[in-house]
Amino acid sequence: MKSLAELAAIREKMKDKVSMREGSNDIRIVVGMATCGIAAGARPVLNAFVEQVSKEGLTDTVTVSQTGCIGICQSEPVVEVYKAGEDKVTYVHMTPEKVAKIIEQHIKGGKVVSEYALKEN
Amino acid sequence: MIRSHVLICAGTGCTSSGSIAVSDALEKELAAKGLTDEIKIVKTGCFGLCALGPVMIIYPEGTFYSRVTAEDIPEIVEEHLLKGRLVERLVYNETDHELAEGETVALADTRFYKKQKRVALRNCGVIDPENIDEYIGTGGYEALGKVLTEMKPQDVIDTILASGLRGRGGGGFPTGRKWQFAADQVNDTKYVVCNADEGDPGAFMDRSILEGDPHAVLEAMAIAGYAIGAHQGYIYIRAEYPIAVNRLEVAINQAREYGLLGKNIFDTGFDFDIEIRLGAGAFVCGEETALLTSIEGNRGEPRPRPPFPAVKGLFGKPTIINNVETYANIAQIILNGPEWLASMGTEKSKGTKVFALGGKIHNTGLVEIPMGTTLREVVEDIGGGVPNGKKFKAAQTGGPSGGCIPASLIDTPIDYDNLIAIGSMMGSGGLIVMDEDTCMVDLAKFFLEFTVDESCGKCTPCRVGTKRLLEILEKITSGNGTMEDIDRLEELSEYIKSASLCGLGQTAPNPVLSTLRYFRDEYIAHVKDKKCPAGVCKKLLSYKIVEDKCKGCTACARVCPVGAISGSVKQPHVIDTSKCIKCGACMEKCKFGAIIKE
Repeated sequence: MKSLAELAAIREKMKDKVSMREGSNDIRIVVGMATCGIAAGARPVLNAFVEQVSKEGLTDTVTVSQTGCIGICQSEPVVEVYKAGEDKVTYVHMTPEKVAKIIEQHIKGGKVVSEYALKEN
Repeated sequence: MIRSHVLICAGTGCTSSGSIAVSDALEKELAAKGLTDEIKIVKTGCFGLCALGPVMIIYPEGTFYSRVTAEDIPEIVEEHLLKGRLVERLVYNETDHELAEGETVALADTRFYKKQKRVALRNCGVIDPENIDEYIGTGGYEALGKVLTEMKPQDVIDTILASGLRGRGGGGFPTGRKWQFAADQVNDTKYVVCNADEGDPGAFMDRSILEGDPHAVLEAMAIAGYAIGAHQGYIYIRAEYPIAVNRLEVAINQAREYGLLGKNIFDTGFDFDIEIRLGAGAFVCGEETALLTSIEGNRGEPRPRPPFPAVKGLFGKPTIINNVETYANIAQIILNGPEWLASMGTEKSKGTKVFALGGKIHNTGLVEIPMGTTLREVVEDIGGGVPNGKKFKAAQTGGPSGGCIPASLIDTPIDYDNLIAIGSMMGSGGLIVMDEDTCMVDLAKFFLEFTVDESCGKCTPCRVGTKRLLEILEKITSGNGTMEDIDRLEELSEYIKSASLCGLGQTAPNPVLSTLRYFRDEYIAHVKDKKCPAGVCKKLLSYKIVEDKCKGCTACARVCPVGAISGSVKQPHVIDTSKCIKCGACMEKCKFGAIIKE
């Protein structure tokens, strides 16, 4: 270790990994991972979110986790996005391909991707 | 891509309750389910809740599972890690309010953690202690970098002085002043020593810090070296702490590899290295001069002070010697500023203190509280109170050098000066809770037995005096004491305190003096009534069967190992007190509460 810059580089590299243990962030992305969700393909969706959040450098503000059955099994895989102070948004029939757009437009841009979201009927 | 971290405690407490088997089972299960690339297992240091071990936390949810066994692992993997459902039966969620059904509670809000403030234990249970990158990831070695590149040695000392940090090993001497003394000495060779010879029965704070966050101690020692002008450090640790020793070795090697120990650290020209010295487990070697003598390769015996180690210490050179927990505060004071530490605690005791909570208490384990927290908060809120509906009688702080705090003083805010004022001391941080079944004379005897064993024998007041004290206590607990014996206890205690060479002897009579101060009536009961009020001292007890309550079931007669109980079926039984060895087996066996001791 010859400089503080080297130390800072290691810290930066490790930050993502350790920050997960610092508690919940303001934004939570929750993937339904009950039997229905898993059967419909929720795991690749979950992993895609984890990867995309890290790639975009959002680990400080976004937590990705799982939950049980949300109750709309016909619409699985289901993903819910919680932002502090805003209403919960539910995305249905999710695929790994849809993940990047949700991160870009909703998480970063603040605009709900309405074509993926659950429509009230 | 890792989406979840499973932190498993690999401290000594959880290791002995089986956390390694849990970790192995988890590893296997993750591999079987193909989750190895998604879930990371991190073996950490102590979480503090040793009574409920093995414990684990799963992030990002922050779910805390307690008493986890290898058999629970398939369920945790299937339910929690795969499906995201809590395994509710294992969740630790004791709070101060009733939980609604399905309600969970954040770990920081549980009763055990709510009033705690983790400074020295900041990384314990959070990082993998065997991975230097994780320590750096939480800001590790930044304080060393800052000190070496931005601060002069005197600035470092001034910062520590301003923070008000006092030695956490028990004495409470201001750390900054100790550093100043050593820095003021003109000498080419100086030393930095870490006292990890934790010897009080029931204390394990230092062990847990070294097991959970060894780099924090290494970094602080390097900072201390810079501040006083030393280039070599020694950690004196007892060989009975194999996990801590191993993690320290790993940490030192990693730090050397990164150039954070060794020559020319951060390219500033500053050299500092650390070596480990193993102690053989003598209590006296926790005393600083005895410790230094032991590092030098001699028999661990104390020597008179002055000269203090800061002037003439290891190998005759100026030396600072600080406790593990003291060092664990240093880097954070440098990074957060002295005001930060000074903002916690009481007027003369700043910051936090770690206590090893033990004895008759619901949550046995490790707690860190701001100075000034009352004993009641520690015992009732954090510790969860005394189990089995028994009454709190007293708490012992400072181990064999300290004293007891009776129930009447339970609202005393804990800090250095308050504890001294009530006849106890902070000590290194053992806190043993006693309930109404504890005999205070027996307690004093227990600690005296310890100091008699551990007295090094160099000076007469300690070697002979403690032995005589113990003999008087034995006389009293066997029912042969006189009122003069009680006076003699006090007189002899004062002699030992004032005439002993080192801290061991000077504090050895404290348990006697403080129990005499608060529980004199118990001593008198032993002497005058020949009774032990708590029912502990065997020679003063007799077991008796209450005739009307005995149904003649013969259970007691069958369990008695010496055949002291006689009687025919369905007739009241009798105990032959001349044969009875007072083991209490009959009392435990009796379903009717017909056997009493008096």
